[in-house]
Amino acid sequence: MPEDKKKILVLFAHPAQERSEVNKPLFTACQQHSDVTAIDLYREYPTFHINIDKEQQRLREHDVIIFMFPLYWYSTPAILKQWQDLVLEYGFAYGPNGNALIGKTFLCAITAGGSEAAYQSEGYNHFTVRELLQPLEQTASLTGMNYLSPFVLFSARNAVEENRVNAHITNLRHLLTALAEDTLDIETARSLPVLNSNLSDLFIA
Amino acid sequence: MTAYFIQAFIYLCAAVIAVPLAKRFGLGSVLGYLIAGVVIGPIIGLVGSETNTLQHFAEFGVVMMLFLVGLELEPRMLWDMRNKLIALGGLQIGLTTAIITAAGFYFGLSWSIALTVGLIFALSSTAIVLQTFNEKALSKTEGGKNAFSVLLFQDIAVIPMLALIPLLALPELVEQAQAAVGQAAQQHEELSLVAGLPGWAYGIVVMLAIAAVVVGGHYLSRPLFRYVANSGLREIFTATALMLVIGIAALMSLVGLSPALGTFLAGVVLANSEFRHELESNIEPFKGLLLGLFFITVGAGIDFGVLASNIGPVLGITAGVMLVKALVLFVLALIFRIKNSDRWLFALSLAQAGEFGFVLLSYTVQNHVIPTDLAQMLSLVVALSMFLTPGLFIFFDKVIVPRYEHSENDREADEITEKGTVIIAGIGRFGQMVNRFLRANKIDTVVLDHQISQVENLKKINVKSFYGDATQPDLLHTAGIEDATMLVIAIDNNERAVELTKYVKHTYPKVKIFARAFDRGHHFELKHAGADFIISETYHSALELGKEALISLGVHPFKAEQKKATLRELELCYKDSLFESWKKKTEDSKYSAHFRELFIELETAIAKAMKSEHFDEQAKVERGWTPPPKDYEEKINRSE
Repeated sequence: MPEDKKKILVLFAHPAQERSEVNKPLFTACQQHSDVTAIDLYREYPTFHINIDKEQQRLREHDVIIFMFPLYWYSTPAILKQWQDLVLEYGFAYGPNGNALIGKTFLCAITAGGSEAAYQSEGYNHFTVRELLQPLEQTASLTGMNYLSPFVLFSARNAVEENRVNAHITNLRHLLTALAEDTLDIETARSLPVLNSNLSDLFIA
Repeated sequence: MTAYFIQAFIYLCAAVIAVPLAKRFGLGSVLGYLIAGVVIGPIIGLVGSETNTLQHFAEFGVVMMLFLVGLELEPRMLWDMRNKLIALGGLQIGLTTAIITAAGFYFGLSWSIALTVGLIFALSSTAIVLQTFNEKALSKTEGGKNAFSVLLFQDIAVIPMLALIPLLALPELVEQAQAAVGQAAQQHEELSLVAGLPGWAYGIVVMLAIAAVVVGGHYLSRPLFRYVANSGLREIFTATALMLVIGIAALMSLVGLSPALGTFLAGVVLANSEFRHELESNIEPFKGLLLGLFFITVGAGIDFGVLASNIGPVLGITAGVMLVKALVLFVLALIFRIKNSDRWLFALSLAQAGEFGFVLLSYTVQNHVIPTDLAQMLSLVVALSMFLTPGLFIFFDKVIVPRYEHSENDREADEITEKGTVIIAGIGRFGQMVNRFLRANKIDTVVLDHQISQVENLKKINVKSFYGDATQPDLLHTAGIEDATMLVIAIDNNERAVELTKYVKHTYPKVKIFARAFDRGHHFELKHAGADFIISETYHSALELGKEALISLGVHPFKAEQKKATLRELELCYKDSLFESWKKKTEDSKYSAHFRELFIELETAIAKAMKSEHFDEQAKVERGWTPPPKDYEEKINRSE
C-alpha cells in the first residue's frame, strides 16, 4: 500500500560536486528512489540565502530526514550548518509549540577520508564517527527525532580505485527502501557504531 | 517586357509550388528545383529556347556559392583540417576518377572524354548532402564530419578542374574553338586585358590580378565596408557586397581566369573579417535564387527524347556510378577507421553526382570537350543519381541504423554534453561583460553588433565579433541561430529587443532568451514576449551601491548584505502579481502613455510593502538567527 510508505527527505551538501567521486553517485541513487525527495542544498541556495518557510514545510511533509555529506573537519559542510541555524527555529523545532519534528527519524549518510581504524580512540582521529557526530545526535534529541547510527563509507578517497562504491550505493538503496517500508530494526539501528557494518541483519523480512 | 514578366512569373511560380512540396516529402530543395524545371520545361512546355541563355546567367549563382564557400573557410580551419581534407578528399576524387575513367575508356570513349566524365562524376552534391545532414541532425556524427571534409575538398577541387577541362578539348574541335575565340576576341577586343599579349606578360597580368584580389581584399575591404557601414544604410551594404562579387568576377573574366576561382579567393581572404556574417546574409538570398534558377534550367533542359531513347544506358550508368562511388567511399571508411553506422553514412551519403556536375557539363560543352548529346545523357545521370539520394538516406535510417543501434547504445553516456553556441546581440558595455564571462568559461559565443566602432574596439582586444543588425532574421541565420542554445539580448533599442524576443521565440522556440531590460516596463514587455530570463540593467549595481552606502553609514557589513537580500526577496515576492496586473492593464488600454502612470502606481505599491515589512519585528525575510527568548531554558526544562 503506497500510502503507508514513509516519506524520506535527503538534504545533500557538497560544495565541489565536479570533484565528487562517491557522494554524487550516492545522491543520484537517492534521486532515482521513488520514496525520496532529494535536495541539493548548494544548488538550491548558491548564495546561502536559505528559504526558511520552504525548508520547514519540507520537514513537515517527510517522516525520515537524512543529512548526506562528506565529513568536513569532523562536521557538516558550511551550508548544512547554515541550514540548521536558520531552519530549526525556536517555536518550530524546539521550545513551546516547537514540536514539528517530534517522532521523525533522523540519520546522517556520510563519507569520511580516514579509514575505520583511524576513527577509534587509539587511531589518529581519536574519536569514532558516532562520537564526532554527537552535536547532531543531541539536535535530534532536543527536537524529538529518533537518531539512527550514521551510514558511513570510510576511506572514501580510495573507494573508486578499490571498487567499493557500487556496493555502498546498493546498500543505500536497500536502506532507503527499508526506511520507506518501515522494515528496519530501529532499536538495533539506534545502537550500532555505524549502520552499514551488518546492514542486511537490520532488515525485518 | 511583358514576355519577361510572364517568364519570370512562370519560373518563380514553379519554384514556389515545387520546392516546399519537395521539402515536405524529404527530397530537399535541389530536387524541388529540378522537378519544377522538369514540369515547366519538357512536361508542360511553358518554357523552351530561352533556358540556355538563362542558364548562363544563372551560373553566376555558382560563382556566388563559391564566394560563400570561401567565406566559410577560415585559413586556420582549413589548416587544421588539412590531413583529413587532403588524404580523404584526395583519395576519394583520385580513386573515383580513375575507376570511372578506366570504365569509360573500356566502353570506347576517348581518354580525354573519359577523364572529364570521371572528374564530373567524382564530385558529390554539397547542396543535397549538407542540407540533409542538417535536417536529420547528422552533421556532428563521425560519418557526417568526414563527409563534410570530402565535400569541402571537392568544392575546392572544382577550381583546378575548371582550369584543366579546357585543356582536354577534342583535337577536331580545337580549331573550331580557336576560331570562335579569335572571333570573340576580335568582337570584344576592348573587353579583354590579355588579348594579344605575349606569354610572359599574360603571366604577369594574371599574377597581378590575383594579387589585387588578395591584397585588396585584405587591406581595402575593411575601410570600404566601414565607410559604408557608417552610413547606416542596409541596402548600400548589399550593393557593396554585390559590387565586390561582380567586380571580382569581371576582373577574372578580363584576364581570362575563372570568375569562380576569383570569388572563392576573395571569400577566403574575407573569412576572418568582422563583416563576414553580414556579407553572407547579403549574398545568400541572391545565391539561393540564382542557384535555384540554375537547377530549374537544368530540369527544364532535360530532353525526354534523349531519356526515352537511352533509358537503358542512363539507368545502367547511374547504377554503375553510384555503386563505384559508394564502394570507393566504403573502402576509404575502412582505411580511415570510420566505424559502425558512420561508415555506412559516409559511403551512402556521398554516392550521388552533384550540382557541380551540371556546371562542369555545361562548361565542357562550351569548351568543346564533350559532344552535346553525350553531355545531355550524362546530365540525366547526374540528375537521376540526385533523385535517388533521399532514397539512400531513407535506407540508412531504416536498415542501417537499427542494425547498429544496440551496439552503440551500450556506450556510457558522456559526462559533459555539447554546449551549443551562445549568440550575443549587442556588445556594448553590458554584452561585453557577458561575453567575457562566458568565454572565460569555455562557452562558444558569436557576437553581433550594428555599430562598427564597437566591433572594431573589440577586435583590438581579440574578441571575435561581427558587424550586422542582430534583429535581421538573415543575420541570425548566418550566425547559426538554428543550432544555438541561447540568445543574449543586450541591444540598446528597447522596442527592437522586444521584437527580436518575439521573433526568435516564435521561430526557434528551443533557443533560450536571456535579455537585458532597460526598466521595469521594458522588463514586463520582454517577459510578455517570452524571454526566459530578464535582468534590469541598473538593478544589481544600484543595490550594491546602496549596500555600500549603508556600510559606510555604520551598518555592519553582514547586516547590510542581509538587508540587500531582503529587498531582492521582496521584489521577487511581488514580481508575479505586478506582472499580472501590468498584463491586465495593457490588454485593456492600448496606449503606451498609460504605462508610465501604471509604473508609478506599482512603485508606490512596492514601497508600501517594503515599509510594512520593515516595521514588522518578525519580518519574515529577516528572521534568520533570531535567538530564542531570554527565559527559554525554563520552558524547555518544563516540557521535559
